[in-house]
Amino acid sequence: MQVEKFYYDNKIVKAFGYATILFGIVGMLVGLWVAIQIYYPESSLNLAATTFGRLRPLHTNAIIFAFVGNASFAGIYYSLQRLCKTRMWSDRLSWIHFWGWQFIIVAAAITLPLGLTNGAEYAELIWPIDIAIALVWVIFGINMFATIIKRRERHLYVAIWFYIATWVTVAMLHIVRSIEIPYSATGSYSWFAGVQDALVQWWYGHNAVAFFLTTPVLGLMYYFLPKAANRPVYSYRLSIIHFWALIFIYIWAGPHHLLYTSLPDWAQSLGVVFSIMLIAPSWGGMLNGLFTLRGAWDKVREDPVLKFMVVAITCYGMATFEGPMLSLKNVNAISHFTDWTIAHVHIGGLGWNGFLAFAILYYMIPKMWGTTLYSKKLASNHFWLGTIGIIIYAVPMYWAGFEQSLMWKSFTPEGQLKFQFLETVTNIKPLYVLRSIGGALYLTGALIMAYNIYKTIKQGKFIANEAAEAAPLIKEVSPKKEYWHRVLERKPVRMLIYSLILVAIGGLVQIIPTFLVKSNIPTIASVKPYTPLELQGRDIYVREGCYTCHSQMIRPFRDEVARYAPNPGDGGYSKAGEFVYDHPFQWGSKRTGPDLAREGGRQTDSWQYTHMYDPRTMSPGSIMPRYPWLLDRKLDTSSTPAKIRAMKKLGVPYPDGFDKVANRDLMKQAQRIVANLKKDKIESPPNTEIIALIAYLQRLGRDIKSEPQQQLAENK
Amino acid sequence: MKFIHYMEKVNSVDVYGTMSLVCFGLFFIIMLAWVFKTNKKQFEEASRIPLDN
Repeated sequence: MQVEKFYYDNKIVKAFGYATILFGIVGMLVGLWVAIQIYYPESSLNLAATTFGRLRPLHTNAIIFAFVGNASFAGIYYSLQRLCKTRMWSDRLSWIHFWGWQFIIVAAAITLPLGLTNGAEYAELIWPIDIAIALVWVIFGINMFATIIKRRERHLYVAIWFYIATWVTVAMLHIVRSIEIPYSATGSYSWFAGVQDALVQWWYGHNAVAFFLTTPVLGLMYYFLPKAANRPVYSYRLSIIHFWALIFIYIWAGPHHLLYTSLPDWAQSLGVVFSIMLIAPSWGGMLNGLFTLRGAWDKVREDPVLKFMVVAITCYGMATFEGPMLSLKNVNAISHFTDWTIAHVHIGGLGWNGFLAFAILYYMIPKMWGTTLYSKKLASNHFWLGTIGIIIYAVPMYWAGFEQSLMWKSFTPEGQLKFQFLETVTNIKPLYVLRSIGGALYLTGALIMAYNIYKTIKQGKFIANEAAEAAPLIKEVSPKKEYWHRVLERKPVRMLIYSLILVAIGGLVQIIPTFLVKSNIPTIASVKPYTPLELQGRDIYVREGCYTCHSQMIRPFRDEVARYAPNPGDGGYSKAGEFVYDHPFQWGSKRTGPDLAREGGRQTDSWQYTHMYDPRTMSPGSIMPRYPWLLDRKLDTSSTPAKIRAMKKLGVPYPDGFDKVANRDLMKQAQRIVANLKKDKIESPPNTEIIALIAYLQRLGRDIKSEPQQQLAENK
Repeated sequence: MKFIHYMEKVNSVDVYGTMSLVCFGLFFIIMLAWVFKTNKKQFEEASRIPLDN
């Protein structure tokens, strides 16, 4: 048979590789900056664009979508061509994908510091960018599937299955999470409210970890590990079980992020059960990776690629064991809202994702430049700095999480809370300092890698089009009866459809009943829609990223009720019916500051005013940033009618024609707050942003507090 | 007003929990049956694909 000659496209891999290094370093720098802000709030520079609440989403988005995203694309473009023995189907689509993705990253880097956000973790990007993501993702998909279809290798290697599952699931997650109603060119409200929004969010958030940070990276592991070790994967059979079990189980586990919240119990239990089951496929994958190196451990000492891979796979194993443990309700009661979660995600992020990205860069770049790595010694230094960095990052955060949680839950013998919230924060400040040292070491390692790669590139010559040859694929008529899966493995489109069905079942079963519940969530009679001023204030709360440090969810624990709703008329722990008008929900996932669910009426207007100007005047030792610009900035009331109309479309029962008179109502309420401030000798114009934010903060939990006492007693 | 047990008002909500377990159980058994029936040689061939290029 005539052998065909063709060329692999290395240019696109190079572009994604460079973007990985650039955005990786930027994302880590931003991470280090926000880590320092936590113990040294002045380092926010007192500028709106550089406060923790705006930079933290920039850090998470940069690491997830820019660093790991670009690394995955680089690895996929490199491996897919070679596994299919063909060039990418369309160079043009490859480049549209590349530039489209970088445009999205730059757009995110501009909009997030400007405070343009949806207020949903890891889905903060505004609706026009959401649309761009969907378009670019479709282009990537078309190119990938067309490449798979024109392949010269009959069998689809398991790495490609992981790529297919990634594409199909991320598309589904992104579309569902991005259903929103725009009220302006940059602003929108989530279609979902309260409990539903929370469920959709964590179905998305959890599976973004699963299908953006795990499945594509596992695909890369299944390709690059055998390549680097020069031996096939330990058990191909196990890799198939790993794949199907992982994608099927992962999709169900999202609700474990919402244990002890107002989410229905059955959904919480479902999340727990599937999370525990996840250990099996995850560890199957980890062991498969590590066993691939059986008899080749001597190479690990020498080869930087394998060194990074071993630690990456080990961290994958640690994180996927810890995740199910954290989803046990009794463990979650301690870990949730603390730095334990931060430690957990950084074992995954720094260890698994970061180290695997470094490994494939160290593998691909010398190959594509036809040379060897400039310095193994530098790579080894990078490895040790990174590894020690991870430890110095994670250990203090585990300690901080445990210690803070135990302090929250401590009572005196008289039955009083033993510690003020602020004490539990100032106590762990030294651990925050240590964490940033760990992060700085890790970043230093990445900079060393950048230098090493630069020198490697300098000494080699780039092979833009790498020659290869293979026999074309002829239609095979199999004389023997084949197993259905064997057939499936050759049919990428069917593979896509089956993967979609599998992940869609998980999504639907979780989400449908929670939608049914919409009509069944008891609307608490006293819970009313936000006033126009409160709505504007809420949007400022979302804009400033307050949810990155403050929760609005009192869990049904003695200490939380004692701390946040201590009086009989405070409404107790949070109820599902309280959030029916919250588009988006703002329960948060971390308590660097105290819970705000019952903040309304706890402090005076003037306390809130002064506290926002400089938190340390009201709470000495506080680590909250200052928000001086809120005192001067004019509130944009021109958006009020459109916001009211959007809310009305979402089912918030404002009276007809309310949008036309909303601003009049807004001004009246603002004047009342201004009058309150004046009593405490604070002069403020009524049309400043601080007034709207005070209105919102003073509203939090007020409705439930006004619920008649007898009805509240029935809730217990 | 009761805030608890409101899910019970959704018609046969327990079906969803049961369905998820049955779905997974069936799927997993079928997959295992296939994986262990398949000829090991086929897997060996497939596992060498990354090394052939």
